Amino acid sequence: MKCLVPLLFASLALLSCKPTGGPASSVTPGKPKVALVMKSLANEFFQTMAEGAKKHQAAHAGDYELIVNGIKNETDLAEQVGLVDQMVSQGVQAIVIAPADSKALVTVLKRAKAAGVLIINIDNKLDADALKQAGLSVPFVGPDNRAGAKAVGEVLAKKLKKGDEVAIIEGVTTAFNGQQRKAGFEDAMNAVGMKIVASQSGQWEMEKANGIAAGILAANPNVKALLCANDNMALGAAAAAQSAGKTGQVQIVGFDNIAALKPLLADGRVLATCDQHGDQLAVFGIEAALKVLKDKTEPADQQTPVDVITK
Amino acid sequence: MRRFTDFFILMGVLAAMIGLFGVLRDSFFSLGTLGTVANRIPALALVATGMTLVMVTGGIDLSVGSLLGFCGAVTGVLMADLHWGLMMAVTACVGVGALLGGTTGAVSVKLRLPSFIVSLGMLEIARGLAFLTTNSQTKYIGADIETLGAPFGGMVISPAFVISLLVVVAGQVMLSQMAIGRHLIAIGANREAALVSGLSVDRPRIFAHALLGALTGLAAVFNCSRLGSADPNAGTGFELGAIAAVVVGGTSLMGGRGSVVKSFMGVLIIATLEAGLIQVGATEPVKRVVTGLVIVAAVLADTWRRK
Repeated sequence: MKCLVPLLFASLALLSCKPTGGPASSVTPGKPKVALVMKSLANEFFQTMAEGAKKHQAAHAGDYELIVNGIKNETDLAEQVGLVDQMVSQGVQAIVIAPADSKALVTVLKRAKAAGVLIINIDNKLDADALKQAGLSVPFVGPDNRAGAKAVGEVLAKKLKKGDEVAIIEGVTTAFNGQQRKAGFEDAMNAVGMKIVASQSGQWEMEKANGIAAGILAANPNVKALLCANDNMALGAAAAAQSAGKTGQVQIVGFDNIAALKPLLADGRVLATCDQHGDQLAVFGIEAALKVLKDKTEPADQQTPVDVITK
Repeated sequence: MRRFTDFFILMGVLAAMIGLFGVLRDSFFSLGTLGTVANRIPALALVATGMTLVMVTGGIDLSVGSLLGFCGAVTGVLMADLHWGLMMAVTACVGVGALLGGTTGAVSVKLRLPSFIVSLGMLEIARGLAFLTTNSQTKYIGADIETLGAPFGGMVISPAFVISLLVVVAGQVMLSQMAIGRHLIAIGANREAALVSGLSVDRPRIFAHALLGALTGLAAVFNCSRLGSADPNAGTGFELGAIAAVVVGGTSLMGGRGSVVKSFMGVLIIATLEAGLIQVGATEPVKRVVTGLVIVAAVLADTWRRK
């Protein structure tokens, strides 16, 4: 075993040293290889995204090859960095990535770009300052989370009176899309003069959000609405409102439009959520990558649609 | 005598925490808070009970969080997709828990592997199975399961809470009054001595792991009932809370010493701390730092007391 490990590393190092694909201008004839590097495929949202991409590839099998990879744990940055390196050494022409962290992936992506790989950023937007410092420009193809959250907040505002107390259940505080959704909720609430009395992180998880929501409702009996940065947390919040005997008195909104939320939207326990067309998100990124590879144009940012869902 | 001293110290810690949070936030002294804490306790109490029985033998099980996720996933699929009744689903869920917990125990005991490592493997396996069974999707179950976790008869406590209290009492009786319990402690205190005294040292340990698995299955059902849904990511990091509660309650990681009731006190302390930190509006980093400090301080106090 002991001697196997260095051997393994040595062979990996050799692999990554091999000239790989060359610069984008000399793309070999034949089908381009596109790598989709996702966050956790254990998460329903990314699973849906990946399945959408696979369907798209199956329908356009003649146009490109697709390699899909995800990490085990949403916050396992090291694993995702390793995936990018592996994709580069496999000689892909483009990497479409949903970064697990908006800053920590910049260095490896710079390395990938230097190796001539086209990078397209989806889902979680890379940090603008970090990109600038690295002298890197990566196009973002995806929804405006802040605008989506604001739109959901506006639907909620119609159900409230000016000055009502509301609380926000945030996602993972370091994630850019989580920060954007929080900001969007705040935009909508501040615009109509609601009072945000609490804002805590439910870490994207149902069970954690349930505890947070129960605590907020007990500590702030006048809270009229809980704005949750994803639907799993909205499910947890709805259960908390129910056990506090406050179903109907506390409005709940979410984000993502997952299937499990449907019955709650139908009977009004959850007022609204935001659909950012998860099954198409990776596809939008892949299409953008293919277009750049084909037309040899400069890639640009591209905004994808978000819709408020109330039923 | 020592037993009672320990117990009162834990009570004192709990009372001090409740007092502190009460001063920091008026609303802490309310039926709402009591309900919140009472409803969050059942799953942790069940697993802490089983974990105590495993830990007195000197073993540990790190897979309970994943197992909670998998058993919940099984419940979700059976009830939401296959429309099984509650009792059937509970039985299946507890059975699956006992089977996987027992497997961890049997592999560890029979193949002479540390339960730390075997359960670490099971942690990955069970989480993978949870994603496989649900296709990584949250399952909404709804009213069929919610009754278990909902307060009844105008009270703030739920059937789940009552059942978990009964399990804690049964667990304590088993550990301190019944042959099997003394047997488990003897194995943890000195396995060689237990062996030469003619005690079987394998089967009781496998039994403890299987029982922990079964209780984790029941905890998964309670968890689902509180949320009305099954989340395949449920229970991530849950094992740490359970182990922390048991250790705060004074059970030794080396085995040979432990009490289910004191583990339950540990559960109360952890749950109160969690609820209090949320109510005073602590940020995520503060919550983590404070929780960590309380766990270390509790174990430190316990160690000093024994010197």
